[in-house]
Parts: sequence; structure tokens; C-alpha cells
Amino acid sequence: MSAKTKLPTGQEAIRTKGWIGAHKYLLLRRISQAAFLLIFLIGPWFGLWLVKGNLAGSLTLDVLPLTDPLVLLQGIAAQYWPEFTALLGALIVGVTYALIGGRVYCSWVCPINPVTDGAHWLHEKLGMPKGWQPKRETRYWMLGMVFAASALTGTIAWEFVNPITMLQRGLVFGIGFAWTFVIAVFLFDLFVSRRGWCGHICPVGAFYDLLGAKSLLRVTAVDRAKCDDCMDCFAVCPEMHVITPALRGKGTDTPLILSGDCTNCGRCIDVCAQDVFQFTHRFDTRPSPGRGEEDATPSSAPCNRAA
Amino acid sequence: MSAPKKPKAMDRRRFLMDTARAAAGCAVAGTLLSLYARDARALPAEALRPPGALPEEDFLAACIRCGLCVRDCPYDTLVLAELGVDGAATGTPFFTARNIPCEMCDDIPCVKACPTGALDHGLTDIDEAKMGIAVLVDEENCLNALGLRCDVCYRVCPVIDEAITLEREHNARSGHHAIFMPVVHAEFCTGCGKCEKSCVLPEAAIKVLPVRLARGQLGEHYRLGWEQMDENGAPLVDGLIDLPDRLPGPGTDNLAAPGGFEPAFKLPMGGTGQ
Repeated sequence: MSAKTKLPTGQEAIRTKGWIGAHKYLLLRRISQAAFLLIFLIGPWFGLWLVKGNLAGSLTLDVLPLTDPLVLLQGIAAQYWPEFTALLGALIVGVTYALIGGRVYCSWVCPINPVTDGAHWLHEKLGMPKGWQPKRETRYWMLGMVFAASALTGTIAWEFVNPITMLQRGLVFGIGFAWTFVIAVFLFDLFVSRRGWCGHICPVGAFYDLLGAKSLLRVTAVDRAKCDDCMDCFAVCPEMHVITPALRGKGTDTPLILSGDCTNCGRCIDVCAQDVFQFTHRFDTRPSPGRGEEDATPSSAPCNRAA
Repeated sequence: MSAPKKPKAMDRRRFLMDTARAAAGCAVAGTLLSLYARDARALPAEALRPPGALPEEDFLAACIRCGLCVRDCPYDTLVLAELGVDGAATGTPFFTARNIPCEMCDDIPCVKACPTGALDHGLTDIDEAKMGIAVLVDEENCLNALGLRCDVCYRVCPVIDEAITLEREHNARSGHHAIFMPVVHAEFCTGCGKCEKSCVLPEAAIKVLPVRLARGQLGEHYRLGWEQMDENGAPLVDGLIDLPDRLPGPGTDNLAAPGGFEPAFKLPMGGTGQ
């Protein structure tokens, strides 16, 4: 820990990189989320049908079919074998996220992300306790439960409650009382469990987590030697456990954040005044000495500096 | 050896505990979700699925609720169910005949738009669609049944004279008028809902119901003798004796025939009790 730990999160980065520089990926993410929503809305709003449908299934420019692979898999679990168009759409989406990073969906596309980010912002403002923190594996259990429920009921079970599609479909087609699910997620994250929904519960996140386990797009702590322990990256990261092995690794450990939990949101890159982090691909083998090892060769004796 | 053994036992205990906890939590969540999903399968009678929709229990496994059928419906007939507003499972497509009925497009764009086949791509002739069956639910208020000539449901039917016919009946109330009764023939009715939409009454007397509600079913072992006779070209059993039928009118074996029962009293109007 350093004296800078006491500074408000991101202050130093704002000072060195400017407000825009310290919020670059956050802004890009918000733009991306808004764009993914707007592209579905300009059809019903302005009659400009670039994309028809919603996140569960869509048709772009009347040629490109896209299908939510998790929704389709639940249908298959419910013993319905879909037509080719849906399978092709799910394959395209699946392969894309498997390549660029599964949980890129969570931070760059999912319309619930701004909701839970908002809940977290308010949570911090109010200085609330972190509350119930279920185990990280809980979401995989949820994912298994969703498939079991689909098989048992013969329905696409998660779609009855999924706040993501409820919200997005609601905005595009008419929401009814589906906003109550969105409010519920907000309140859950605010009062019950800090970063609970996206980080611990949501089976959609768990699915994309598994899907992107070997994805190409990765954040690397390549300049970890420059880390001055301000802890801002841990403070902003929604899945902070993913940072530790990369940032605190020694010369022989990869500086790549390889956990599927990482949503590639880029906030760690934003808030780091030392520019330790950057986006890269998973085959990036640039040498990255650990802290205090700048002059040592990568395979030198371990340096037992306390973290 | 005892030192490393102890944490191992603790690990196992913790692992078992965590697993049991997660499994129990998921069992509870899964049960609630399953109950909710099962409840949501009950489709209200006035919500009609698009043409070619699979039976409801298969439909909810097949429909991903993308709304592409809604987008390609040229008449804005189809809508996606909204939570707490419409009775159908949230996000699934349906239409309400009394609002906007199905116009039965020849090219069936909604079925073509469906990426999963929840709307069966095997349906290529819209006349084969079975979205529901029209039923004259209120024979007491139907204007035609009252002896008036409304005929609107009959006139608007896209399968006129097949799905709905007007059957002439005696008007017993006036004694000397006809009733042109609208009769639905389920074999030809597609359930498009145009009859229900255009029924002139404040509340439609003819309504499109889901097939499961609209129809009875004949026992599989039932044989209709007259159909079998037509098929066979002759009675199935040889040597049947054709006894005289008891029909009204003189010269037959009716009550007023000679030797039959004749009431001893006369009714006040001068009739004989008919």
C-alpha cells in the first residue's frame, strides 16, 4: 500500500491523463452499450431497419442472422432442435465471443451493465457495506440450474426472468412491468450484495465466461514493474481477483489477465496513472519483469517483496 | 503425517459444505423458476399464436422471443407479450382477434421470419393454418340467431361458404320467418379472427378460441355407420331388416294415425298441442 491508496479512486489518473484519458474505455463502453441499444431502436423509432429483432435473435440488413447461443442451448435442453437459421446465428455469435472475449458481452453490450454500474456507483457514494458475497462459482451453479429447469419444464426457462432480455426487449418492443426485474437487480446490487448480480449470480455472464475462456482479446499488466500500489485498479475492477495473478506476478508469470471472469471493460487501463495495463492478445509474449526485477533476467531468483 | 492431514480434512469439509450450500440454493432457485415457467405456460384463451405456431408446450421451447415475426407482420397484427399486461408468456408473439385479426397473407411472412421454426416452416398454404377455431359463443345475442340479417361474420370470412356457412332454420319465435344461422366448420376455419373482429355487437358473439378449447373429440373407437356405409357402398352387416320409421304425418306410424293416441281435450288456441 502507498500513500496514494488514500486518494479517491482515479484521482491520480485524472491528474496525469486528464478526465477524458482517465475515462476513455468507460466512455467507449457507454457509447458501445448505447449503440447496441440504438441500432435496435432506430427501426421502431425512425423506420430505419438496419437491425430487426432483439438480443435474443436478430436479422441485420436482412441477411445476417444472429441468435443468443445461451437461449438456443436452453431450447435444445428443452428438447427442441431449432431450424438452421437460428443455429447459424448462434454459431456466429458464439464464435465471435469465443474469439474476442466472452464477457466482452457483459461490459460492452449488455444493457444491464449500466444498471449495475449505477448501483455500484451509488453503493460507493453511500458507503454501504459490501453485504452478501456469494462464492464466485455460484453463477456456474446458476447456469447449471437454468439448464436443469429448461429440461424439466420443457421451456427456455431463464427467459422468463432474464433481466437482460426483459430490459432490451422491453425497450424495443414495449416493456410492460418488466422494469420491475431491472429495479430488482439494481436494488439487489445496492442493498444486498455489492456487484452481486453480474459478478456472482447472472448465468448469462457465467455462460460467456466459459465461452471466452480461450479468447484472444486480453488485458495485460505488461508494465507491472511500474505499479506503485495505488490500488485503483482493484477498486474499479468488477472482478478484482483477476488482476492479482497478472499484476503481482513475477518475471516468469504471464502479465496477461487470462481469467474468463475478466470482462475486458478496460477500467483498470483507465484509472492507472502509471499505464501499467493495456489491451493485447493472448499470445503476447513481451517480457514483463515483476516489480523490483526491472534489471533482472526473467528467470532470476524470486524477489520476496511484500505486496 | 498428522499435520498435513488436518487441513486436508478441513478442506474436504469446507468443500462439501460449500457444494451442499450451492446445490441447495440452486435447488430452491430452480424450483421457483420451474414453477414460474410452468405457470407461464397457461396461454389465455383470447391470445392467439401466429400461423404455424407449434403446440404451446413445444412453442415455449422453440420460441426465442426475438420478435422477428412481429416485425415482418405487415398489418401489425402480432405483438410480443408484455409482462403483467398480456397473459401470454413474456416476450412471446400473439395476437388478439378483436384488436387486429390475421389478414392471412399468401406468403406468410411471419413464418418465414421465424429463425427457430417455432412457427413451423412446413406451413406454406395459409388456408392450412390453425391459429384457433371460431365459435359462435353466444347464440342468444347473435343478430342472425335473433332472426335478423347481419351476416357480417359470414361476409368477412376469407374462407366464405366453407369455414362459415349460413344455415336456414325455422324462426320459432315469429313462426313464419327464417333464421340464417352462422355455422363454423372447423375443418376450414384458420382462426384468423376476422369474424370476431367484425362482429357488430359491443362484445363479439363469435369468438376465435384456441383449438384445445373450441373442439370436442370423438372417441377413437367410434364408427359413424352412415360414413362406413358410404365407404362400403352397402350396409356392413348383411340381412338387416328395414323397419318402418316413426315419422309425423298421415299414413305413417305416428301418434295421430288410426289406432294411435288422440288427446281427448282441445287446447284453447284450437291447436292440438303441437
